[in-house]
Amino acid sequence: MADGDTQVPKMDDPLQVPCIKPGSMDGLQPFLASPEHQEALGFPGELVPDWKERTLAKMDEMAKKNRAFQVYLDICVKCGACTDKCHYFLGTADPKNMPVARQDLLRSVYRRYFTFAGKYFPWLVGARDLTEDVLKEWYSYYHQCSECRRCSVFCPYGIDTAEITMAARDILAEVGMGQKYSNEILGKVHTVGNNLGLNPKALGATLEDLEEDIEDETGVSVRIPLDEKGADILLVTPSADFFAEPHIDGLIGYAKVFHQAGVSWTVSSYASEAANFGLFIGNYENMRLVSQRIRKAAKDLGVKRIIFGECGHAWRVAYSFLNTLAGPWDFLDPNYPVPQHILDFTWKEIQKGTLTLDKSKNDHMTLTYHDSCNVARASRIGDYAGSQFEIPRNVIKAVCNNFVDMDQDTIHESTLCCGGGGGLLTDDLMDLRVKGAAPRMTAVQQVTESHGVSHMAAICAICKTQFSKVMPKYGYDMDSIVSVHQLVSNAIILDGQETDDAE
Amino acid sequence: MLSIIYALLFYAATILLVVGVGARIRKYATTPAPLKIPTTPAPITTQGVVWRMIREVLFFESLFKSNKWIWLFGWMFHMALWLIIIRHLRYTIPGNTPWLLDFLQPFGKYAGFAMILGLAGLWARRFLVDRVRYISSPSDHLILVLLIAIGLSGLSMTFVAKTDIVAVKAFMSGLWTFQINTLPASPLVFLHLGLVITLMIIFPISKLLHAPGLFFSPSRNQADNPREQRHIAPWAAELEK
Repeated sequence: MADGDTQVPKMDDPLQVPCIKPGSMDGLQPFLASPEHQEALGFPGELVPDWKERTLAKMDEMAKKNRAFQVYLDICVKCGACTDKCHYFLGTADPKNMPVARQDLLRSVYRRYFTFAGKYFPWLVGARDLTEDVLKEWYSYYHQCSECRRCSVFCPYGIDTAEITMAARDILAEVGMGQKYSNEILGKVHTVGNNLGLNPKALGATLEDLEEDIEDETGVSVRIPLDEKGADILLVTPSADFFAEPHIDGLIGYAKVFHQAGVSWTVSSYASEAANFGLFIGNYENMRLVSQRIRKAAKDLGVKRIIFGECGHAWRVAYSFLNTLAGPWDFLDPNYPVPQHILDFTWKEIQKGTLTLDKSKNDHMTLTYHDSCNVARASRIGDYAGSQFEIPRNVIKAVCNNFVDMDQDTIHESTLCCGGGGGLLTDDLMDLRVKGAAPRMTAVQQVTESHGVSHMAAICAICKTQFSKVMPKYGYDMDSIVSVHQLVSNAIILDGQETDDAE
Repeated sequence: MLSIIYALLFYAATILLVVGVGARIRKYATTPAPLKIPTTPAPITTQGVVWRMIREVLFFESLFKSNKWIWLFGWMFHMALWLIIIRHLRYTIPGNTPWLLDFLQPFGKYAGFAMILGLAGLWARRFLVDRVRYISSPSDHLILVLLIAIGLSGLSMTFVAKTDIVAVKAFMSGLWTFQINTLPASPLVFLHLGLVITLMIIFPISKLLHAPGLFFSPSRNQADNPREQRHIAPWAAELEK
């Protein structure tokens, strides 16, 4: 759907609940993966003739291999607690975007073929036959979920729709209905090493250009090393940090912090991607393969520590899964967490006093902070629960004078997704992305009105790209979204840097 | 004759309940969770997880965050149900009961009203709230009807048409030792017990599995310590060979 067709939802309140409009997002779907992109990941090129048997066999396998799948399909009581928690439901009013209804698209089939009640009394328990239309419905609505876990916070049993979405996408890919966006990108990571398909030579040239930019701006030579053997720290960051705005300003921020901290570090061209789209498509093997690249890079370069740049779902895979998928990390320095978040590193340096910061450099902005969904609800940054909320804010407050939080019900664990996460950051889903961003944008508009907020900071590559695209639709400039390390970069005064005051 | 049929039904229902739920728990317990997926912020220690689970079970913490109406009705119903179950022990344990049960008896007696009120509220939502109406299947309505009918028939025997509770106790407590005593010839007794038997039978094949299932929900029962402790499912460990 083209950009122009989208009606930007008008909300009085970020969490305003609409009356349901059945069918309002019917038929919306991202492009199917081509046979080439499917086969590169080990999936069949197109819908297989025995899709029904293979779908049911896969469901049976998942119920045996993944407790979450089995338990979550069994225990939902349809209480309704989650029905108003999904930003896509709030933005589209399509009842199939209510978490429980989204789960039921698959649960109804599970019941029909795997439970006593559904086998003998399907009409009683809402069980239904598996048909090709059902697969198409799955493809549509399981690509209207960003796997943000907001529903799981509010479910009395912690049922996480993201788990069901991932399972459904995995099933779909295995019968030949993979998603173009995610699968094409995963193919690039497996062959080149990053989502953009940036080869080592191009990456090296990009980083050199950046070094020059920093030197032009500050008069100080700050390095962004690539493939440097024997460096202490391997930085793994989303490849958008090498290319896109405002991501790249964040990368400059990391480089300045490392420079001032006096540590040796390097980027790897082999593992030049923090994001792991294996998570989005719910495929353990693909997720594992991408993670293994980081292990190999760390060994080949002989680093002692691994630090991840600003990224949301990437940090989930890094923090929560990397030890499982690519561990154990016993060859790294045990004095540091594996992996460590860049904000944890920067916050510790700020506390140590190694950074000279001039907050006034950010005085032209009044900032708010968007908790990225997968950092907030699927990981941690520091050494205590909830540090994923405090550390980014601590850093922002250390480098900015003007900071305001949004409505309490839309931040921290209740944060609203940007609308583009979980494999939906593709132009063929722009209509959904704009509508799904409505709750978050309404919360931003509130603090703009009450406190004059001009910019929003985020620590996720997807959030940054999504907001730079959708914020203009809500009356903001596209550069109203900033990286947290961009703020750090603005405020930091490097040793030997020529400052305005000195002139 | 009816007493014999009911006795046999109780035995059958008990076997189905215990074996059915037992098999389900076994399945949940033996199915691996391949990844660490606690909903964060989550406790960092096992002790913390136990406390989180206690808060979920006793106070319905997540539901409280979510929706005050569902919490109010749901919590009222479940807590009343506990009191009512405790109160009914007196009718199933042979002989005199411990003082604690006797002390809780009157609370359980009036808890019946709270249970009905809670259930009525939950049922009303299935009609009045468009979102909940949309997700409700016939079985979601029928389970509420079943529980309400159990409550109303029970309350009627306590407050309207008193039944011969001594005879009921003789019947129920006799079942432990395979003695089949005669139930009082009251339609309410047969209705009440028949509905309870139905509830026991459908428990392992319905959403009532949420009761044991909650304890196996990975997003709630896992500690947030993936960097400190390597977590790997047996089938995933095979991939490393």
